[in-house]
Amino acid sequence: MLEINNLHAQIDNKPILTGLDLTVPTGEIHAIMGPNGAGKSTLSYVLAGRAGYEATEGTAALDGHDLLTLPPNERAALGLFLAFQYPVELPGVGNANFLRTALNAQLRARGEPELDALQFLKRVRAEMKRLSMTDDMLKRNVNVGFSGGEKKRNEVLQMALLKPRLAILDETDSGLDIDALRIVADGVNAQRGPDFSALVITHYQRILEYIVPDRVHVLAAGRIIRSGGPELAFELERDGYARVIADAA
Amino acid sequence: MQSATSSFLARFEGLKSRLPGDLDVREAACERFGATGLPSRAIEAWKYTSLKPLAEISFAEPLSDASDIDPAHLPGFIALLPDFDLPRLVFLDGRFRADLSVLPELATVTNFAVAPRLGPFREGTLDALNTMLAEDGAVINVDPGVDAGTLLLVNLAQDTRGRPVAFHPRHRIRLGAAARLELVEIALGEGIYLHNPVFEIEVGDEARLTHLRLQNESLHAFHLASVHAQVGRDAVYDSFTLTLGSRLARVEMDVRLAGTGGTAHLNAAQMLAGEQHGDFTTCVLHQAKSCGSRQTVKNVLAGHSRGVFQGRIEVARGADKTDGYQMNQALLLSPDAEIDSKPELEIFADDVKCSHGATVGALDEDQLFYLESRGIDGKTARAILVRAFIAEALEKLTLAPDSEAVIRAYLDARIEAGFERIAA
Repeated sequence: MLEINNLHAQIDNKPILTGLDLTVPTGEIHAIMGPNGAGKSTLSYVLAGRAGYEATEGTAALDGHDLLTLPPNERAALGLFLAFQYPVELPGVGNANFLRTALNAQLRARGEPELDALQFLKRVRAEMKRLSMTDDMLKRNVNVGFSGGEKKRNEVLQMALLKPRLAILDETDSGLDIDALRIVADGVNAQRGPDFSALVITHYQRILEYIVPDRVHVLAAGRIIRSGGPELAFELERDGYARVIADAA
Repeated sequence: MQSATSSFLARFEGLKSRLPGDLDVREAACERFGATGLPSRAIEAWKYTSLKPLAEISFAEPLSDASDIDPAHLPGFIALLPDFDLPRLVFLDGRFRADLSVLPELATVTNFAVAPRLGPFREGTLDALNTMLAEDGAVINVDPGVDAGTLLLVNLAQDTRGRPVAFHPRHRIRLGAAARLELVEIALGEGIYLHNPVFEIEVGDEARLTHLRLQNESLHAFHLASVHAQVGRDAVYDSFTLTLGSRLARVEMDVRLAGTGGTAHLNAAQMLAGEQHGDFTTCVLHQAKSCGSRQTVKNVLAGHSRGVFQGRIEVARGADKTDGYQMNQALLLSPDAEIDSKPELEIFADDVKCSHGATVGALDEDQLFYLESRGIDGKTARAILVRAFIAEALEKLTLAPDSEAVIRAYLDARIEAGFERIAA
């Protein structure tokens, strides 16, 4: 379960989050929608622990563990996964090696046995088969020369492999065509279960047709200003952010 | 400035009656070296590298003789030697140790002390110093058409009870037409010493020499190496130099592409920290048509270290269809590290493709965060990115299938240890 209380955060001394409260119970998928500049990406980076995104007040905890004092890798080992809006290219780093290093680092941090090359290959191939991906993605360098859709698929593969407790999807739908969107959505839906929760951060309602959220929250000016069921996404789509924000004020 | 220079000249006077080979060539080298001494930074080619720390040291002759060190008393650092089962030529303080060596079956090997051949006389100061004082070295011949496999050339060094020593091995490697050899050179040591090797290399027509140089000297040592290679028609000289050790290193590579269709790779990586200084200086002479040369030089610099790359490509008149490429990149892990890069292209032919480039930067924050967000700790993430940065200079290296896995594993382990050291 993710619990955020009164979270304030700033970048370069500029306040972005201004008292954000949010609870995502385990097993649920919540969406955060908001206009540009509302603090959507900041929220995901603050939770994941990116340098430069400074929490100045409040708390954020995953399954009772305080996140804000931990380095990013330890947050990942607790089960936090951030799917990037723009997955980063790593020239010279083989994808298979990267995935195995990441998986083993998390297993080690949790005191579980690591996978050798063969065990890993078996595991990753099984996940890829489930996601209808080809092996060829393993042989390439991480995200180098990948199309936008391939990069997002690689994010989904990482999520499937690392089996997070909480996945944050930061505008994963941006720049995706319908087919790629469906693959990403299928990947998330495949993780759905009593031990998995997700925070889908998006500007548009479209992705929520494929990943149906349990709750929808509206983020504006650094705070959650309204929460509701899946129908709230359609209301936003119909009336626009300005109207919903004005009504909430 | 006279301390090292005078100790070298005095040593020559004392030794010359006992030195092997043509004394006239040695006298000429002595005259050349005596006239200028060690090069100063006033000389253009030495603008970025000062030999001052070396010049202040008086170097003695190593005491160890071919027979007087029990293998059981060899220093602990030889544990760094790969334990794989390959023929090896081992030198201790520049002197051949038959008892520690395993001769190859398919190459003819003797040592310089037995078969001295100096010259042709070269103008460079480092060459002159070596020519004056060379006592030993490897002389390797591979007959035409023979694939001699992989051969290790190991140089172990140590100062003598705290006294700095200097040695000047002279190596000569010759591949006949269509011959092949993979030479893996490893330099290891302890204490203060000067290792000043000269390589004279001939790669015959259609022959292929892979020359892997792993310089892992003592951090108090000086490594001043010169490699002269002549590459024949459709022949390949494929080299990779890894500079990890020594307080001050300068590697001069001078390669002549003398026959049509020849190829030279002068790739390198330097991983330096503290006050280390690493200089990789090359000159590729394209003398014949349709030759290619590639130089990818990667520098990973921490602390107050300084990396230097000077790369010169000369394309002679008539050397059409030349393809020359040069790239120098530096990753600065500290604000106090420095890189100096000087490309020089001199082109006298038409229809030539020559390019060069240089980049300098720090580790990419986005890449680091991406790795860390997947559960990889910061230090490992940095190591992965450093390894990836170096990979491009390594990927061109062709290794013999039989030994490729062990050599690459050894190389990876050295790079990893290098990163551990400079990241500390």
